[in-house]
Amino acid sequence: MSSNRIQQRMDQLKASGRKALIPYIVAGDPAPDVTVPAMHAMVEAGADIIELGMPFSDPFADGPVNQRGAERAIASGMTLRGVLDAVSEFRETDQDTPVVLMGYLNPLIAMGEVAFCDGCQASGVDGLLIVDMPPEEEGSLVQAAKSRGLDLIYLAAPTTTDARLAIIGQATSGYLYYVSLKGITGSSKLDTTEVSKRIEHMRQHISVPICVGFGIRTAEDAAAISSTADGSIVGSVLVSQVEALVNEPTKIPEALQSILKPMRDAMDANA
Amino acid sequence: MALTEHELRSLDYEPDAGGHFGDYGGRYVSETLMAALSELDQNYQKLKNDPDFQREFDADLASFVGRPSPLYHADRWSKAIGGAQIYFKREDLNHTGAHKVNNTIGQALLAKYSGKPRVIAETGAGQHGVASATVAARLGLECVVYMGADDVERQSPNVYRMKLLGAKVVPVESGSRTLKDALNEAMRDWVTNVDDTFYIIGTVAGPAPYPQLVRDFNAVVGRELKWQSKELFGKYPDALVACVGGGSNAIGMFYPFLRDTEVAVYGVEAAGRGLSTNEHAAPLCSGRPGVLHGAKTYLMDNSDGQIAHTHSVSAGLDYPGVGPEHAYLKDIGRANYVGATDEEALAAFHEVSQVEGIIPALETAHALAYTKKLAATMRPDQTVVCNMSGRGDKDIFTVAKMEGISLT
Repeated sequence: MSSNRIQQRMDQLKASGRKALIPYIVAGDPAPDVTVPAMHAMVEAGADIIELGMPFSDPFADGPVNQRGAERAIASGMTLRGVLDAVSEFRETDQDTPVVLMGYLNPLIAMGEVAFCDGCQASGVDGLLIVDMPPEEEGSLVQAAKSRGLDLIYLAAPTTTDARLAIIGQATSGYLYYVSLKGITGSSKLDTTEVSKRIEHMRQHISVPICVGFGIRTAEDAAAISSTADGSIVGSVLVSQVEALVNEPTKIPEALQSILKPMRDAMDANA
Repeated sequence: MALTEHELRSLDYEPDAGGHFGDYGGRYVSETLMAALSELDQNYQKLKNDPDFQREFDADLASFVGRPSPLYHADRWSKAIGGAQIYFKREDLNHTGAHKVNNTIGQALLAKYSGKPRVIAETGAGQHGVASATVAARLGLECVVYMGADDVERQSPNVYRMKLLGAKVVPVESGSRTLKDALNEAMRDWVTNVDDTFYIIGTVAGPAPYPQLVRDFNAVVGRELKWQSKELFGKYPDALVACVGGGSNAIGMFYPFLRDTEVAVYGVEAAGRGLSTNEHAAPLCSGRPGVLHGAKTYLMDNSDGQIAHTHSVSAGLDYPGVGPEHAYLKDIGRANYVGATDEEALAAFHEVSQVEGIIPALETAHALAYTKKLAATMRPDQTVVCNMSGRGDKDIFTVAKMEGISLT
């Protein structure tokens, strides 16, 4: 597992003193053919890793913005197979940028966890973040993912105890996704000082890079967060932008770039 | 996977430390909820053996709910069917009209003992919302109820009841605008406001420890039935029947009898327009195992794992998942799960109203429909107890409308 794309990318960033910019969009939102051009555009705008949402009908850990994104994707006909196909197509011209699939367990169970991990390996997926699978509920997915070299990225929250941080630290690979707020994706209040303190504390338990998501909306947020974190994860603000352009989907890739580029610049100015 | 009778008699029917019933249940939630669930679990494991807590719970069940609920012999209906003697466990006579209040009293007391001044709840038909608003009012807790926007329109009397009781009702516009979406929204509220908020889940679904604690609070039904049946007919019933949506009234009646394997146990799901159609809400009869709302259980989904839209004439059974303990009882062979269609339930609704003078809830009417079938196959010296889980006052508008009658 040591040589997979996520670790390589994190090592490169560390060597150059930069931090990871990790955008999230929902695959198939608002239409299947938007996804791959949007992924390439985000890489061009400075994305280091892409988190691609696997749409689920009942995403209870997400906020309304991401839920509507998932609903649009499902309505457009996006399936789990379709998500894997999108990654394959992306890989035709980009073999370097890590792709992490983020979603909920039930669609994976429906496909079969082993078949799903085979599909991930074949299409060039690098990591999985399964929101409703904490380390305590590890099942056949974990073994199947590990044996295929897929990173399993786990979440930590402000309420996570030290005892659980130790468990999560053992389980997570690639990076740790720190949820910066109590609440759901797309919530509004982000206290960057509090987040910084928390990251310093977590480093006692976590050896992999710590990236922060939830509540990062502006270039200033991204820069402030990545002054202590190893990366900034940007989701709801991008999904909102997709929503605003539902009727003009060809404008989506460029619109995502215009959000990400200032973030990239602000984060690099920190470096 | 079915166990032998000897094994079924010796199980303790308790979840493991992680809240698993066999392969089912557990805590399939985002890390953001883990601390809240651990805290709840610790509080509950401590309080369930706390004499003060139990005394207050029992006192409220007696003086506020009106327990014990009677065990009633449906003599005329039994004779008309000509099989087993049919008895009703009269949860419909509880304050607020259903078994739901047993659980909301327990959870609201947990909120009080845990120092949470605000409670939230999800509701489908509004029964659990009303039961939550009722106990919140009594204990002086702030109460917010999430309800699918479609359900808000369909169930306006219950929406008004909740408002009369001082609760705030929030219509949920996302997804299918029904119960499962209300549950999603309530979870979101809880994640955001976990410091001062207690989430009162309305059924034995959801992440651990909810399936266990909701069962325990409803188990008063089965415990009463044990002594009432001995008193009334000298032995335990030969069969128990209850409707299953999430499954809280059913598990409440079944649980104290699980080791008594001479008592046959039947859970009745909503077969809607028929189990061979896609328009039903019967995950145990025709779904498959998956993960929804924090637990592994049987559920209804499409081939891509997206949760299916369900259908039932009864809003309270219109849910794509089911409590994980029921999934376990199905697999080990301790309980049987069957379906009753909309049509069968409506027929039972009318029949029991006219023969016994009791208007049942449409949810309960599903259990009654199967009770009739089952009793007909049994001898007159045998007994079957159907959980009369709720009264039908709330459903008269729905039934009238289906029959083309306008009540306004």
